[in-house]
Amino acid sequence: MNHDVYSDAYIRDILTNHRTIAMVGASPNTSRPSYFAMKYLKAKGFCVIPVNPGQAGKEILGEKVYASLADIVEKVDIVDIFRGSEAAVAITREAIRIAAHVVWMQIGVRNDEAARLAEAAGLQVVMNRCPKIEYGRLSGELSWAGVNSRRLSSKRPLLGVKGVQHRVLASGRD
Amino acid sequence: MIADRKPGFNTLAIHAGAQPDPATGARATPIYQTTSFVFDDVEHAAALFNLETFGNIYTRITNPTQAVLEERVAALEGGTAGLAVASGHASQMLVFHTLLEPGDEFVSARQLYGGSINQFTHSFKKCGWTVRFADTTDADSFRAALTPKTKAIFVESIANPGGIITDIAAVAAVAKEAGVPLIVDNTLATPYLIRPIEHGADIIVHSLTKFLGGHGNSIGGAIVDCGTFDWLKSGRYPTLSAPTASYHGITFAETFGNFAFAIACRVLSLRDLGPAISPFNAFLILTGIETLPLRMQRHCDNALAVATWLSRHPKVAWVNYAGLADNKYHALAKRYCPQGAGAVFTFGLKGGYEAGIALVSNVKLFSHLANIGDTRSLIIHPASTTHRQLTDEQRMRAGAGDEVVRLSIGLEDVDDIIADLDQALAAA
Repeated sequence: MNHDVYSDAYIRDILTNHRTIAMVGASPNTSRPSYFAMKYLKAKGFCVIPVNPGQAGKEILGEKVYASLADIVEKVDIVDIFRGSEAAVAITREAIRIAAHVVWMQIGVRNDEAARLAEAAGLQVVMNRCPKIEYGRLSGELSWAGVNSRRLSSKRPLLGVKGVQHRVLASGRD
Repeated sequence: MIADRKPGFNTLAIHAGAQPDPATGARATPIYQTTSFVFDDVEHAAALFNLETFGNIYTRITNPTQAVLEERVAALEGGTAGLAVASGHASQMLVFHTLLEPGDEFVSARQLYGGSINQFTHSFKKCGWTVRFADTTDADSFRAALTPKTKAIFVESIANPGGIITDIAAVAAVAKEAGVPLIVDNTLATPYLIRPIEHGADIIVHSLTKFLGGHGNSIGGAIVDCGTFDWLKSGRYPTLSAPTASYHGITFAETFGNFAFAIACRVLSLRDLGPAISPFNAFLILTGIETLPLRMQRHCDNALAVATWLSRHPKVAWVNYAGLADNKYHALAKRYCPQGAGAVFTFGLKGGYEAGIALVSNVKLFSHLANIGDTRSLIIHPASTTHRQLTDEQRMRAGAGDEVVRLSIGLEDVDDIIADLDQALAAA
């Protein structure tokens, strides 16, 4: 599969078909991008489980931090890699072991060897993207900040139940 | 997996950024004429102020009507994000406020809109920023003007009023070599004629007042982030690469990736300096953009016909329109804007300053005013108006000598445009 470009439907299906995200490299520092992403994804209804050996046993945004993917009790759907590209192969092997469905590497993170391993094991792969930005882009929220969503739609955006300034994604809907 | 189909330019001009209104289903973009937006709760308010989530707080920073305009312009240019502001001048102010610190320098083409020369030379001096001018027809002159303090290079894609087509790729190569962003003012070309991002631009600015709005009814400006510049690499752009004190230490380039520049311009420079666009102006400009491709082609076709006619007129000394085959910049025009060389150009009257004054006094269809890019045909004598604050040397170098008349050709019947010039020249 070509990882230079993803169709909107591919990304939307991943974000609408899965609810539990293990975030490897989640930070308790409130000014870090991983903290922003975790907070946003939780607000969109995802269960986000932080993984960070240095923070194991503590809490980030009220969620217990695990030392590794293998320690997580819940069933993980998406493994979101907030680490350097060089760490992606080892994390992907763990993701395969815990039977995750998706390996997602953040903006700036790309490892084609890890992608090959994941795909060979039947997992879906996204590289060099941020799930927060993709959710905001496809739901229309990111357009409020003037960002080019690179999508056109003649359908009304879907509003969330939490208030007027919340849009949501729905499976199969542009 | 099938990659998404890329819409064409005409489709983007009508649809980009504009879904039906989620609350009412209104298909045209509503005018959200409000100063402020209620928060869902305290937590939502905090997340918005911390930039942790997307949403509207206050129309000085974001507004849903403005947002559609921003995405529309960004999509037409092929950039990652846009920002609409009060005027073209405001867009330049915000771009440089985001890039520069006191003591910094930038290199600019000297063939610029006279107002930009004033802004760069005088007002920017008060911020401690120094402009060094180069010749937009000579990429090497930009290299020669670089100093260790240079933080950016600025050009106009089609220079106003001289009718010069800038070799953007050649200047972009100098910027890349120097490790500084290339800013292109694309006002006269619009993305219909030239998309600077395809030639190496990193930041694009617009006066939306001109052809994008196109109807002479609203002042506005825009910034487009091309998403091409690595702000973290050199560490010379601390607004983007260092933790920001006014947002609890977040680093823009890390948090917002390839649209960090547009976000920083908005939530720092626009927030603090304040030149917001009115939602009503944003709406009018958006409506104008829907017909940009049609209008721009007609503007160019009319301009070529008028320039050709003028070039044969006995009272006309010269015509500087890059669309004419014998023009010095014709080869660049064919390369950069094969659909047309724009609709603003200058010509020289054999009768000099006095003939220029007489011509602008005698026209009946053309409007004598200081704007360009209107449905109406416009005329001005730069030496006695837009460029009169400049020194004689600056005026000559900007292409605004005594005998020069600038036209902005409108969308009227071309025979009527020519007939008006014909009678006015006869009386001049």
